[in-house]
Amino acid sequence: MSFFQKLKDKISKQTEQVSDKFKDGLTKTRDSFATKMNDLVAKYRKVDEDFFEELEEILISADVGVETVMELIEELEMEVKRRNIKETTEVVEVISEKLVEIYYGDAEEEVEELKLNQEGLSVILFVGVNGVGKTTTIGKLAHRLKEEGKTVMLAAGDTFRAGAIEQLDVWGERVGVEVIKHNEGSDPAAVIYDGIQAAKSRKADVLLCDTAGRLQNKVNLMNELAKVKRVISREVPDAPHEVLLVLDATTGQNAMSQAKTFSDATDVSGIVLSKLDGTAKGGIVLAIRNELSIPVKYVGLGEKVADLQPFDANSFVYGLFADIIEQQPDTNEEQ
Amino acid sequence: MAFEGLADRLQKTIQKVKGKGKVTEADVKEMTREVRLALLEADVNFKVVKDFIKRVKERAIGQEVMDSLTPGQQVIKVVKEELSDLMGGEQSKIAVANKPPTVIMMVGLQGAGKTTTTGKLANLLRKKNNRNPMLVAADVYRPAAINQLETLGKQLDMPVFSLGTEANPVDIAKQAIDKAKEEHHDYVIIDTAGRLHVDEQLMDELQNIKEVTTPDEIFLVVDSMTGQDAVNVAESFDEQLDISGVVLTKLDGDTRGGAAISIKAVTGKPIKYAGMGEKLDELEAFHPERMASRILGMGDVLSLIEKAQDNVDEKQAKELEEKMRSASFTFEDFLEQMQQVKNMGPLDELINMMPGANKMKGMKNLQVDEKQISHVEAIIQSMTKKERIDPGIMNASRKRRIAKGSGTSVSEVNRLLKQFDEMKKMMKQMTNTSKKGKKKKGLMNFPFM
Repeated sequence: MSFFQKLKDKISKQTEQVSDKFKDGLTKTRDSFATKMNDLVAKYRKVDEDFFEELEEILISADVGVETVMELIEELEMEVKRRNIKETTEVVEVISEKLVEIYYGDAEEEVEELKLNQEGLSVILFVGVNGVGKTTTIGKLAHRLKEEGKTVMLAAGDTFRAGAIEQLDVWGERVGVEVIKHNEGSDPAAVIYDGIQAAKSRKADVLLCDTAGRLQNKVNLMNELAKVKRVISREVPDAPHEVLLVLDATTGQNAMSQAKTFSDATDVSGIVLSKLDGTAKGGIVLAIRNELSIPVKYVGLGEKVADLQPFDANSFVYGLFADIIEQQPDTNEEQ
Repeated sequence: MAFEGLADRLQKTIQKVKGKGKVTEADVKEMTREVRLALLEADVNFKVVKDFIKRVKERAIGQEVMDSLTPGQQVIKVVKEELSDLMGGEQSKIAVANKPPTVIMMVGLQGAGKTTTTGKLANLLRKKNNRNPMLVAADVYRPAAINQLETLGKQLDMPVFSLGTEANPVDIAKQAIDKAKEEHHDYVIIDTAGRLHVDEQLMDELQNIKEVTTPDEIFLVVDSMTGQDAVNVAESFDEQLDISGVVLTKLDGDTRGGAAISIKAVTGKPIKYAGMGEKLDELEAFHPERMASRILGMGDVLSLIEKAQDNVDEKQAKELEEKMRSASFTFEDFLEQMQQVKNMGPLDELINMMPGANKMKGMKNLQVDEKQISHVEAIIQSMTKKERIDPGIMNASRKRRIAKGSGTSVSEVNRLLKQFDEMKKMMKQMTNTSKKGKKKKGLMNFPFM
């Protein structure tokens, strides 16, 4: 079975709604990427050096990262030789196969779900640089978890930025969950401590902890974050159950540095890729997963409450290549 | 590895193309390949990189190599000049309307830092230009955005105009200007909601605000960490609004900031300011030269040199160099040296500006403990003149006296003495090698300077 066929089958098993949402959100990404791929294929019938050069550029333009792209192209060239591929259309298929491979590496191909405590309180800590959408993501995730029937509480740990507490408060109201907060300028660890105590006494299922955005090269701010994490671990065994790093999809190569440094400080367990509804492609997550083994758990595909979707690499790549895939005849039906 | 400086990348290549009188095509090809990778790793858009490399090749091939440079360095010189040309000259002047108020509109994607920059810009206008700005909260979409601007207004003790979240942003902007006229504010800064450049409805809204307020400046606020997409964003905003300038934010992070080049290349609009921190006074004029260095990963050498020139007396520096060479460097000189360095600004900032420093073991994220430095100062100040000049006379009782006098311990005094001794040895080595013209790999080896 061809790779695209496999992808197609995998996707069709998912509920239509989810993959449609993914497709809609990624329309712009897909359009430009797939259009480029199609142009490329149309332009170069033969697989030659020029073809690979242009392919390299397409991948770089998706922020996949120079190093990853170089490796990928090298592998492709070998693969093309090995399989004796001459037609560019076939190469496109190998490319998406490789992209999914890069993402998963040796790991099982599956959607990474949130690791939550089945009994008792689960604590999720949100970290990231300024302006990536931590607070918005918390609002959306709170909505999601509440829909699943969980009791959710929020802790307003961003005590630094002007208006951050109010922003979380508005989300709390919108979603209908309680927000634990102190005044602006107070100790974030103290807010989160209070949040945990409140969540315990109200027997909440999940506590989502907001933190102030910080650039990863500010050592003292990273230490503060490590302290917040320690407080959580001390108060709830095995907590935080997830440390989610929110990454802006428009970010370039610096995202790798963010992932590394935040991981050092707080042991990041997953990534939320926000703002994927623009023209940015967020290709750097492939390299991050590959190098640091941090999976993407959710993607933000819009500004509405429901615009947060679980990440699935197959859907992601499918989204990128959908136009090309849909042009392929459905081999299953022919059988 | 990503984030490897061009300086490091080029080391090998430079060695290879050393010692020729003319820059050959092969040299240039080898060098530009590395430059291309460095630029791409710095997030400069690939199309911009392509054009750029083409220009460098044209200019560099066949050039005579200057006496003081190797062919490799010569190519880098061309690269730097081209890069600086591309980035344009310094332009931090801000428009002044013939009839007040001058209207500034802040636009950009979500999370770029518009609201914070609005506050910073107002602060700068008041402090540096002696203006009396009013802020306008026209972001009615993001929860608590108005609140954020109001808080900043309170911190700055500046009026913020808002009509709540129910009002239309176009009306808000219009009424704000009337109000500013009434209250004699000479500047009005409109903070608009973050939006995607492909969101037609919201882009229309910006055009409407532009129409009713006829702004004198439209600043596109861009996150310096933006990747390849920066060109799409900048192009779109510029096409639809004809922006007048760019503010680059979050430059206090460790991003290379290649987006700066991309934006300049596709819009031709000047980058006017750079956000350098979270505090309200941390907005600076943008320095294209320094940015060029930063993107190439050569450290902010120029800034460092500038800072040093401002603070170090040249004659003093010459004397010092002489002393280093003859290894007659004493604690007296050391103390003087330390005070000069301290005058240049916080030490960790200085170290970050040094090329190669963030690659050196232990130097990355190094937090220089200013307290430690004052301890060292105290120890030296507790020495007698004789001891400072000739630490060889130091014995146990002298050490005890110094420790007591400086409020430190004998072991701390010992440590400093040992460090000083090692430093002297190192200086001797360094000056020896540079005299012979050979350079050893290390911090002091700046191949492009």
